[in-house]
Amino acid sequence: MDILNQLAKTFFDWEAMGQVIPKMFTVGLPNTLVLAVISGIIGTAIGMVLALMGISRNAPARWVARVYTDILRGLPPVLTILVIGFGFSPIMRQLTGSTSPYPMAIAALSLMSGAYIGEIFRSGIQSVDKGQLEATRALGFGYGPSMRLVVVPQGIRRVLPALVNQFIALIKESSLVFMLGLLASEREIFQIGKDSAANSGNLSPYVAAALFYLVLTVPLTHFVNWIDARMRVGRPEKKEPDDAAAVVGKGAQS
Amino acid sequence: MSEFTSGSLTAKNIHLSFGTNHVLRGIDLHVEKGTTASVIGPSGSGKSTLLRVMNRLIEPDQGDILLDGQSVLKDNPDELRRRIGMVFQQFNLFPHKTVAENVSLALRKIRGMSKDQARNEALEQLDLVGLKHKADARPATLSGGQQQRVAIARALAMRPEVMFFDEATSALDPELVKGVLALMTDLAKGGMTMVVVTHEMGFSRNVSDVVTFMDAGVVVESGPPEQLFNSPRTERLQGFLSDVL
Repeated sequence: MDILNQLAKTFFDWEAMGQVIPKMFTVGLPNTLVLAVISGIIGTAIGMVLALMGISRNAPARWVARVYTDILRGLPPVLTILVIGFGFSPIMRQLTGSTSPYPMAIAALSLMSGAYIGEIFRSGIQSVDKGQLEATRALGFGYGPSMRLVVVPQGIRRVLPALVNQFIALIKESSLVFMLGLLASEREIFQIGKDSAANSGNLSPYVAAALFYLVLTVPLTHFVNWIDARMRVGRPEKKEPDDAAAVVGKGAQS
Repeated sequence: MSEFTSGSLTAKNIHLSFGTNHVLRGIDLHVEKGTTASVIGPSGSGKSTLLRVMNRLIEPDQGDILLDGQSVLKDNPDELRRRIGMVFQQFNLFPHKTVAENVSLALRKIRGMSKDQARNEALEQLDLVGLKHKADARPATLSGGQQQRVAIARALAMRPEVMFFDEATSALDPELVKGVLALMTDLAKGGMTMVVVTHEMGFSRNVSDVVTFMDAGVVVESGPPEQLFNSPRTERLQGFLSDVL
């Protein structure tokens, strides 16, 4: 029983948790959400540009998109965040006078997720049947409007589950920005748990942080499964026999 | 429906290669205003490619295309395609839009009509193909024959001068073919200039004014249907007809 008690004390010290949870609500949760949502939005914009470059007929554009994607997908997130966070903050300081690494944290997360989202969009757009572009162009639309009005909207629909998965990854990866040394008011869920654990010498604040992450990510995971299932099965379809056949006139009996 | 402002269409000495594959080897085709030309031939003979070259979905390597006697190769290809409607084997309706939106999209975005105006026009076109009651359905809920009729309405809504049909009935279940062919026949009788790539020999023989038989990227024989179907001169056409009839 000693061991069990010890484990309970280490991971489920209610007092230690109770102390850290209010701060997680007031500071950690908003910061995690701000980091994930803003980087998600910027990353989606970057991803769309990368996807369109990646499928364009312009070879240099394709090449730039390819190199960007390969590098940012090929690096460990922790390295990207450190390099961008520390590397660009002096420039940021000169330009804006701000010493906060927060914008750099968002930039690093956006650039990283942009590379992944770009690949998601590209695969979605390329999976749209070629006949869609052909039919749109046959109506007299140029390449740009055809993509914008017909091809891209269909491509995005197909990759919604993958996009939500990417957002889940972003929520988790936002924890890595603790390495940049954020101000107390800028700290997200993980760092608040980490600080508290370091002070109390108890791991329960980490467990509290874990619960916060799970409350965010588990419903999203199920949401993904739900969209996925719904897209696979589709809405119930009702096919009808071709009742009204020759309509305009009598037509050929061929 | 008989007030089409249709025009004549001429292709002159069209050549096209994909890499080392010489797909079209000097095709000549002339379709008189208000008439129907059908193009028949075995798979891979270049019929569908010829249609795509004539509306410049694919640019020819050589040759000229004339609409109403005027060369259109120097024009903006988007402008040319607004004057030529095209119907595809696989319908290619936009699955994320309703039937009415499929028809009104180009009216709004290209013709610049208001939303209401475009919808009314779309409903009118859908009425002509007997599918006004399906205006707010998604294409996926329609039968193949209905989808193809929507595709025809979508093309007609742009008031084209010429209509292309690329094996428009080949993907349809047999019982749905008749309705689409009847609609095509009515268009032909209404004075639309049409180029119909088809495997429907009945349509080719009974409806078209000129039949062109293509094989391996060349026009082997061309002429009125009675001549081609009743007294084919070349061995290749004789062989083809004995295979398909």
